Amino acid sequence: MAKVTVDGIEVEVPNGSSVIQACEAAGKEIPRFCYHERLSVAGNCRMCLVEVEKVPKPVSSCSYPVADGMVVKTDSPMARNGRRGVMEFLLINHPLDCPICDQGGECDLQDEAVAYGADHSRYMEEKRAVKEKHWGPLVKTVMTRCIQCTRCIRFATEIAGVPELGATNRGENMEVGTYVEKALTTELSGNLIDLCPVGALTSRPYAFVTRPWELRKTDSVDVLDAVGASIRVDARGPEILRVLPRTNEAVNEEWLADRSRFAPVDAQKRRRLDRPWVKRDGALKQAEWVDAFKAIADRLKGVSGERIGAVAGDLVDAESVVALKDLMTALGSANLDCRQDGAAINPVRREFYTFNTTIAGIEEADALLIIGSNPRLEAPVLNARIRKRSLLGKFPIGVIGEKADLTYGYTHLGDGPGAIGNLGDFAEVLSKAERPMLILGRGALARPDGAAILGATWRLAESSGMLEEGWNGFNLLHRFGGQVGALDLGFVPGAGPGGGKDLADMLDGGVDVLWLLGADEFDVSRIPAGTFVIYQGHHGDRAAARADVILPGATYLEKDATYVNTEGRVQRGRLAVHPPGEAREDWRIIRAASELLGHKLSYDDLAGVRRRLAAVNPVFGTVATLARRGWADTAAPGNGGALDDTPFAPTPANYWQVGTIGRASPTMAECAATYLPAAAPSLAAE
Amino acid sequence: MSNGETAAHGEHGAPGDAHGAHAEPASFSFDEASEAQIATILKRYPAGKQASAVIPLLYVVQKQMGRQTGSTWVPRVGMDAVAERLGMAPIRVYEVATFYFMFNTKPVGRYHLQVCGTTPCWLRGSDEVLRACKDAGKLKGYGDTSEDELFTLSEVECMGACVNAPMIAVDDDYYEDLDYDRTVRLIESLRRGVRPPPGSTTGRQTSAPEGGPLVLTEIPHYDVAAAPAAGKAEE
Repeated sequence: MAKVTVDGIEVEVPNGSSVIQACEAAGKEIPRFCYHERLSVAGNCRMCLVEVEKVPKPVSSCSYPVADGMVVKTDSPMARNGRRGVMEFLLINHPLDCPICDQGGECDLQDEAVAYGADHSRYMEEKRAVKEKHWGPLVKTVMTRCIQCTRCIRFATEIAGVPELGATNRGENMEVGTYVEKALTTELSGNLIDLCPVGALTSRPYAFVTRPWELRKTDSVDVLDAVGASIRVDARGPEILRVLPRTNEAVNEEWLADRSRFAPVDAQKRRRLDRPWVKRDGALKQAEWVDAFKAIADRLKGVSGERIGAVAGDLVDAESVVALKDLMTALGSANLDCRQDGAAINPVRREFYTFNTTIAGIEEADALLIIGSNPRLEAPVLNARIRKRSLLGKFPIGVIGEKADLTYGYTHLGDGPGAIGNLGDFAEVLSKAERPMLILGRGALARPDGAAILGATWRLAESSGMLEEGWNGFNLLHRFGGQVGALDLGFVPGAGPGGGKDLADMLDGGVDVLWLLGADEFDVSRIPAGTFVIYQGHHGDRAAARADVILPGATYLEKDATYVNTEGRVQRGRLAVHPPGEAREDWRIIRAASELLGHKLSYDDLAGVRRRLAAVNPVFGTVATLARRGWADTAAPGNGGALDDTPFAPTPANYWQVGTIGRASPTMAECAATYLPAAAPSLAAE
Repeated sequence: MSNGETAAHGEHGAPGDAHGAHAEPASFSFDEASEAQIATILKRYPAGKQASAVIPLLYVVQKQMGRQTGSTWVPRVGMDAVAERLGMAPIRVYEVATFYFMFNTKPVGRYHLQVCGTTPCWLRGSDEVLRACKDAGKLKGYGDTSEDELFTLSEVECMGACVNAPMIAVDDDYYEDLDYDRTVRLIESLRRGVRPPPGSTTGRQTSAPEGGPLVLTEIPHYDVAAAPAAGKAEE
């Protein structure tokens, strides 16, 4: 530890820290443009100048290591004059187009210019202008505004793992770009917008939409992938205008994947179900809530419980799942399923279906095996964490399944489940590792031998020392934020004699009435013609077209709701805007329906539902934090028959148009058209 | 707006204009002579540090383009070939190639006239040399390539030949002690395909004074007895 005095405040910081870190420890804010805690130090903007005693010149605090006994002055005339000089140079070529710049109001350069800028410019010569660049449909560039801090270059190279950005040419002609014009091939490109300290990189869909001070900010949680990133929703009136990440070291650090950032914004207003619909004479007609409930009650009359089924979708909140489960139980039905993909998930114990190592725990692991998963497309932020760990070295990674570009190096061990029992040299790597982990993709279980794959993987985890007290290296990577919550609430076919039917049985004519809670991800055409379909959800997607009654629900940004991410972390989303039109929060819809169906649910406020949640599964009593899970009881989740050595199906390359919200977003459609020109499905008519 | 841009931008090749016959080639592969050079170059660097060879390899590309097309420049596909050979991201090679102006990222004429305009040359009349290059090479100014694609004119900073200023470098050869007429003669000679011997154009012996050496013209007598003894040299 080194003792450093910053403006008279004595702080102790670890040896090797930089002066800027010491200043932060002392609570002194140092202006900076190029320095960023999560990126390598570049030291090229020179804005963070401070005075260090016995050093004749001002030093850039981000790239200057501390020494014991160092005395730093952050607000001395030398430091202030140094920063003023730097600011004057930065403003030489920076255009004065703040009034038409989207960064206005949240611009680092603007803020620092207030503190260190002069009231006029001494520069009379011509300013530099840089030709426009095209970086894809998400990031808008106005490179004349660039102050060449190189944060974007370092992010692309270090965090995203796509070294496509660079600084070409030199001196005054230096330009940040791709040189060969191309759209950035990363699922994390939106983060460049946050990182850019000026208005050079801004959001293309958000261009010229609003000013930051007009926005109402709501902290919430993302569900469009299973990471459950912390987000901030910026809305104006009834409109969601953008979604930004919030710092959450345990989950997403400060990154957010592109689908989570851009899809909900324009999907909020498109293809929404904003009023109830009831099918009359073969066509869906607009209806009142009470008519819709009556239509359901009429149809349910005389139908026995076991002929009723319910399917929960991928983006559902825990409150509506527990309400629907309670309603189904009251109706006498155990036909519940939340596994639309047919994944052979064993819901008996939580360890069988969660990411037990935790996302932050990846950084402690020292070997990784990925089975049937492409984390880059399934959970880009989690993939960035794997890459972060990989860059630290001594982290052998093996992959069974698709040979994809994961942004880090790995050994390919095989294409199909056969490789699980035959790892070759990698078996020794795993057994030598102290904290080995594996990631099993949910997609790997969505095949006929899924149960066998789960069993074999668990046994592999057990035999290679992944299941120990204090360390659990078995991880199932889900794809959406509603999947674990439904499993936690046991939204699966009821056990016991004559138990409930699963989705396949329900689609094979096992039920007469099917209640779909946001369930769109299965082949809707398999629903038998005579089945009465109730669709409760927020977007008019695949299943809504087949429905007999549509109950308009709220998206995850339009309700106070609880979600569980792939780690099993219970998180609360908050209402940012109200649902459109007649649409309502989903658990309230079910509660209202229950009354008309004659099985009134016992709770009628949010606190009541949440008490019920905690009663069904105590994990819902702990929000946001997650206990570290070791594993002593290594009982396997069952054998499940023989393995079939068919290669694992690759994760669909279309990362953008996934889920009802991704499919409803024109921005996501544009991304798919840009990055997958061959197979871009066009948006269906609204 | 963005749709139109996508379509318009996707088709672009490398930046810069394609110049007549010297258009951006569709592909680039090292020829035999280059491969031999690369093998020598790569041996200089320890295993795993091959990326250090990026600058020498870019020269190899540039020379090969000169041999093959008569224009010593580095096309984008050539940078890609270097990136692939050294296991680097292409953008890292683009950064290096565009940073150093010794690499021509646009096609140049057969003879690259690099006029030094730094103070010693300028004081000794580099403006006249420049004018001669423009007149004789039919060039409009710095950065221009003549219509017959024989000459490209560039301004360079000090090449370290101030003693014989003013000078120009034609590709790798220095021509020194120039004035308007001698520069015109040099360019006319190049136009005929004859490269005059490099060095001073006035017949000066390396950097000796005009008309021949003035000092050390004979080997002086060296008196061993008068020389200080080795041990006393520092006193």
